[in-house]
Amino acid sequence: MTVHNLYIFDRNGTCLHYSEWNRKKQAGISKEEEFKLMYGMLFSIRSFVSKMSPLDMKDGFLSFQTSRYKLHYYETPTGIRLVMNTDLSVPNCRETLQQIYSTLYVDLIVKNPLCVLGESLQSELFNSKLDSFIRALPFFSVRAA
Amino acid sequence: MAIFSVYVVNKAGGLIYQYDNYVPRAEVEKTFSFPLDLVLKIHDEKVVVSFGQRDGIRVGHAVLSINGVDVNGKFTAEGKEIQEYLRDPANYPVSIRFGRQKLSSNEKLMLASMFHSLFAIGSQLSPEVGSSGIEMLETDMFKLHCFQTLTGIKFIVLADPRQSGIDALLRKIYEIYSDFALKNPFYSLEMPIRCELFDQNLKSALEIAEKAGTFGPGS
Repeated sequence: MTVHNLYIFDRNGTCLHYSEWNRKKQAGISKEEEFKLMYGMLFSIRSFVSKMSPLDMKDGFLSFQTSRYKLHYYETPTGIRLVMNTDLSVPNCRETLQQIYSTLYVDLIVKNPLCVLGESLQSELFNSKLDSFIRALPFFSVRAA
Repeated sequence: MAIFSVYVVNKAGGLIYQYDNYVPRAEVEKTFSFPLDLVLKIHDEKVVVSFGQRDGIRVGHAVLSINGVDVNGKFTAEGKEIQEYLRDPANYPVSIRFGRQKLSSNEKLMLASMFHSLFAIGSQLSPEVGSSGIEMLETDMFKLHCFQTLTGIKFIVLADPRQSGIDALLRKIYEIYSDFALKNPFYSLEMPIRCELFDQNLKSALEIAEKAGTFGPGS
């Protein structure tokens, strides 16, 4: 069980925050390109899923998994998107992502007058709180990384 | 629990087979008096609700029938434009049935190739070495399961999130494909599958999977 990385996007597709913990493979492109690709993929998945769905959805897209990792997705009504990649054994992470949004993002970024919304997050406090939050998760354990 | 539909995508991303097994009905019929308290607009040659969500009629739902007669795209059965028809007070009260618009075969083709690229991006963005593409995609209404064979053909099944035994079903569909499409001398590779035996066997496999049965020895 482990957490690989976490992306936070705003509704315009700007990557507000990125951090990684146990990532074994890079995408082979620059970080900016990777953020664009990730956001583009999520954007397409959202429209794909809303067209494919046989019934109207409430929460929409929740997660997908491949043979090696699982991507968890949470979107707030304001369009902030939190994306976390973990390994396959991690169960539904919706609450975790919601908690990151409500306790960390809202408290430390939205309520911080020095943080400009819509730009990549510079807050040191947010970064360290997020890091300790993720490290404290029950399914975060550092394998021989 | 249900299996909604099955898609088969060839290695180039083209849709070669599609079957809708179960389409849940989510339609609302309501009688309106003039003026209509919904805002309608034309989208993709269909009349859809753009504002005024109420009583189970949601934004994005399309007009399916007027006074019990099915509409034809953006025209009524008589060939008049629906929006024109609804603007005329003389036609009221009117009973309109709304629902999710069904996918046209063109849209299905488009969605299949869209999934083909999402599958590839999913494997490129992997944080782990040697990852496949998307194998399972979960939403609150359905789960999409995908199985890619060594030859690059993708079998995609859309099912209820609680439905079990989809992995076995995907392998079974591969087997049915090998037996009744590939071994059919009139079937050409990478082309749409039009084989009666494939259809029949696929349908019975879906029935068995829905009843949570197994496919017998060798599967």
